[in-house]
Amino acid sequence: MFSGFMVTTWVVATVVAVVAGVVGFFVVARGSAFAAHALPLGAFSGAAAAALAGVSTLVGLVGFSVLGAVGISRLSHRARRDVATALVLVVLLGLGALFLSMTSEYAPEIYSLLFGEVIGVSTSSITPIAVLGAICVVMVAVAWRPLLLSSISPELGEVAGVSSGRMELWFLLVLAAVTAMALPVVGALLVFSLMVGPPAAARSFTSKPHVALAGSVLVAVVTVWAAIAVSYQTNWPVGFFVGIIGAGAYFVGRSWSWWVQTGRSGWRLRRGAALRDGRPRTASLRGAPAPR
Amino acid sequence: MHAAFGWLVEPGFFSSAPVRTAALVGGVAAVVSGIVGAFTVMRGQSFAGHALADVSAAGGSAAFLIGISPLLGFVGMAGLAAGGMEAVGVERARGRDLATGIVLGAGLGLAALLLYFDSTSTSTTGAAISVLFGSMFAIAPSIIPWAAGLSALVALAVLLAYRPLLLSSLDPDLAAVRGVRVRVFETLHLLALAAAVALSALTIGAILSTALLVGPGAAALRVARRPGWSLVWAAGIGLGCTWLGILLAYDSYDWPPGHRGWPVSFFIVALVFVAYVAGGIFHRVRRDRRDHRDRRGTSARQAHATAGSA
Repeated sequence: MFSGFMVTTWVVATVVAVVAGVVGFFVVARGSAFAAHALPLGAFSGAAAAALAGVSTLVGLVGFSVLGAVGISRLSHRARRDVATALVLVVLLGLGALFLSMTSEYAPEIYSLLFGEVIGVSTSSITPIAVLGAICVVMVAVAWRPLLLSSISPELGEVAGVSSGRMELWFLLVLAAVTAMALPVVGALLVFSLMVGPPAAARSFTSKPHVALAGSVLVAVVTVWAAIAVSYQTNWPVGFFVGIIGAGAYFVGRSWSWWVQTGRSGWRLRRGAALRDGRPRTASLRGAPAPR
Repeated sequence: MHAAFGWLVEPGFFSSAPVRTAALVGGVAAVVSGIVGAFTVMRGQSFAGHALADVSAAGGSAAFLIGISPLLGFVGMAGLAAGGMEAVGVERARGRDLATGIVLGAGLGLAALLLYFDSTSTSTTGAAISVLFGSMFAIAPSIIPWAAGLSALVALAVLLAYRPLLLSSLDPDLAAVRGVRVRVFETLHLLALAAAVALSALTIGAILSTALLVGPGAAALRVARRPGWSLVWAAGIGLGCTWLGILLAYDSYDWPPGHRGWPVSFFIVALVFVAYVAGGIFHRVRRDRRDHRDRRGTSARQAHATAGSA
């Protein structure tokens, strides 16, 4: 499992998980899960276009994901955000269907672009992944404060001089960079699952942004490692395990916050009831009628 | 005129059996998706609609695997996912995006596994392509009565529940005050959504069925003046795009580069997007004209008033 060709897999998967954990923290905070799903899925048409035009896959992916990010941002001016995202996604995919029908040798690669072929990654893919991953993290780091402010309260951000429209476009471009990084090796599905499940789980345990970010990275890395290990043993696709473990992490987080909330509020209710009565519960025993 | 018609419609279009099946099944799927999609856009649930479609791909691949009708697979899985979303609380505005994302992630994982089994058991990638991108001209005619029956059922349920469904879509709080049991209609909407999405997944494919769901509904809401008419417009736009798309795909067999035809899904998506953009332009032109008329009316009244006082 840790022999020669698997070393690349472990390295690449860890880099992808760290970046997905960082960006995913904002995906959850901003409620951008649809965009985080639409950009990778739509950009896979870029790979088909690149195959048709005979250029590098990476060029097609970067081109289409940036096109998608700008398209969502532009259309959001006139329509609701979810409608704009859906329309951009289907237009990109429609083009993808057209390009796929024109190339014949490309068809078998669809499955791996959608669902990932993380086992057996070539060493030459490490460099572009490391570079693009670093770009993503730097893009988040330089805009950390305004991005956080506009995620938590767009109105407050506008008051502080942070344009929410510009921040949205910036974040969509971060998502586009994540897409171009992750799609060739881990697939559209896996990177989306990593950007939603682990950060959502981490947010259930803490309300401090820095701690939640670190937790999100941690859960994402553990999820990917576990998925690769199980996938190596069973030979089933790694995307399946990432999807299931990510959803499982979310449910653990939800159960935890539900337990904390009901535990505390139940205690408060009981205490509040006793205080409201304003007298000991044994009042009726001493002859006075109990208040109804 | 006749020559133009002959140029547009290649010979043999109306007598081809696969075309007739595609036009029938695609047509009912488009009408139902348009009607349900108008409500979906009103409720801001496009992501849920798209997620149901993607997850239903798992059902489509399962149907391939065990050899049952693909419609049954799509509908079954979409219904299951709708139930899952209802349980996670997808209709509450807060955290809806996240709940949808979690169900989608898990469902796509399942789709990956089932498509993997498909490709290992049949050693082709045909199943993946046909499930994800649709296979409109390869629909078995035996599906027609089932698709038509399911569509009629969904359309009937939506039309019977029209008023409370509309009220709970536009303003849930007002609906609750007026005694509408909002939760019941949330569930009804999700179930109708699952059925509509499964129907169009069968025709233009799981990941493109969002086009028929969201596009006509969003365009119709810009064009129609009243909510009731938006349903009619959405159904009409969806039907028009689907039939015109089938016609163009049939024509495209002679087009470059490969003489294999362009995919029908591409034409339908492109036409839906054109309809959406045209709806936006129509909306803006009408608004400008109304503003202009209002302004002229005001100045005329002012002129009248000054003339009267003088």
